[in-house]
Amino acid sequence: MSSRIRTELVEINMGPQHPSTHGVLRLAVTLDGEVVVECHPDVGYLHRGIEKLAEMRTWVQFIPITDRLDYLASMLGNAGYIYAVEKLGAIEVPERAEYIRVIMMELQRIASHLVFFGTMALDLGATTPFLYAFREREDILDLFEMVCGARLTYNYFRPGGVSRDLPAGFAEKAKAYIKKQRERLPEYDDLFTNNQIFIARTRNVGVISAEDAINYSLSGPSLRGSGVAYDVRRADPYSVYDKLDWQVVTYPDGDALSRFMVRVMEIRQSLSIVEQALDALPEGELKCKTPQRLKLPAGEIYHHIESARGDLGVYLVSDGGEKPYRLKWRAPSFINLGALNSMVKGWKIADVVAILGSLDIVLGEVDR
Amino acid sequence: MSEQTEKLIRDSFPDAVIETTDVFGTLNVKITPASLVPICELLHEHGFNYLADITAVDWAPPSVPPLQGGKQSGLQGGKQSGLQGGRIEVVYQLTALERNEKLALRVDLDRDRPEIDTVTAIWKGADFQEREVYDLMGVVFVGHPNLRRILTPENWEGFPLRKDYVIPD
Repeated sequence: MSSRIRTELVEINMGPQHPSTHGVLRLAVTLDGEVVVECHPDVGYLHRGIEKLAEMRTWVQFIPITDRLDYLASMLGNAGYIYAVEKLGAIEVPERAEYIRVIMMELQRIASHLVFFGTMALDLGATTPFLYAFREREDILDLFEMVCGARLTYNYFRPGGVSRDLPAGFAEKAKAYIKKQRERLPEYDDLFTNNQIFIARTRNVGVISAEDAINYSLSGPSLRGSGVAYDVRRADPYSVYDKLDWQVVTYPDGDALSRFMVRVMEIRQSLSIVEQALDALPEGELKCKTPQRLKLPAGEIYHHIESARGDLGVYLVSDGGEKPYRLKWRAPSFINLGALNSMVKGWKIADVVAILGSLDIVLGEVDR
Repeated sequence: MSEQTEKLIRDSFPDAVIETTDVFGTLNVKITPASLVPICELLHEHGFNYLADITAVDWAPPSVPPLQGGKQSGLQGGKQSGLQGGRIEVVYQLTALERNEKLALRVDLDRDRPEIDTVTAIWKGADFQEREVYDLMGVVFVGHPNLRRILTPENWEGFPLRKDYVIPD
């Protein structure tokens, strides 16, 4: 009599309506018992065809759409697009505007990483950290509301600058927030980061080597969690990042815990960047003059920035007119998701949630 | 840096290079479609370990009606490859992470029958990106392990980013 028990592979769906898929993502998972054999992400539920929409809008009319891709980091969506437009159009930006942009981009990165921190905890069964993270994120959204009137879709960047100045009292409020956040980060660590259950569920789980991470074109914290010190802010500095003092955060292990820790530590770096930019904020113009009907010279550009999720690339082709001839959005979430199958193979179904959470994808950006 | 890379490509594949251009400091090399995979293998061996982006541009001929409200493009997008029915240009953005050198490879494909070999064997990150280009622009990546639509439903008709695509009501 054979001692082996015959098993059959089972295919199950996770999503598209599943809380741990962070939106409308379906994972077609093939299981051998509890062990994952294959996992194929099925995306596109939020596809709105923004690259086609861009061809029917003027350069400026496209800015609000960039808010709606990575909707947890809309300022960075604005930035990715605007820097490409400015470089193609050789549009100058006043220094004050660049400092304001850095303040907004880094506050946005913190807000996004806070959502990551909260949802990662929620995915692994801890509900309280989510409330902590959202409490602090609320302060950042209040700051954004002061500046541009919106809490999520800001439409704040303009070719040549920003739409309006920092209101009175902004710097004080921002500094009060930084102080509060710094005091509360150790609380986060006590509550969750140092929690033994959390560490057991993420350490050495979903490991991807540096070589594989590069081969899969991972970027952002997901790449730096494999020990690769690639950050676009350092590799191809834009704005005034090269005038500020900050570190590229890396963790060497390539597991879910490393990817988590990169983001947690980046919050501290971003707080420091915001503080430095507030102190160094020069007086001056907010926006250089651009024509009412902006035309960009015929030609093309590929420009990238470091968004909260990684290497956000924008490829523009202009025919010299008022609208893009072609716009391509290199969404880091989409490309990072491409590595999921290789990362979850051989892990248990419950680990899929931890590994997917550690990639920090946003479906608005995946599907575009 | 980019001079050395250009020399490397030209020395190894003298007949493959159609033209080189400088796009805001990045070397862009237009090559023949047949030489794409060997050149990618060569570049990968020489440090270009990171495939940042794959995309495609539809250079439709003037006979293709323009988009509603749009004007017909007069832009040629570089040297023509004698493709009378228009061409689809596929653009690969590569990075050598160690030395932060960037390079773009470009190939012109026949718009009526755009086919190019896959680079998934060199960079696994090409899998999703090639599927996206196939889905939205209709470029067939020969040898791709799983060339299916990715953003639109599987039964979708047409390729939305083509210039002559008619947007359904």
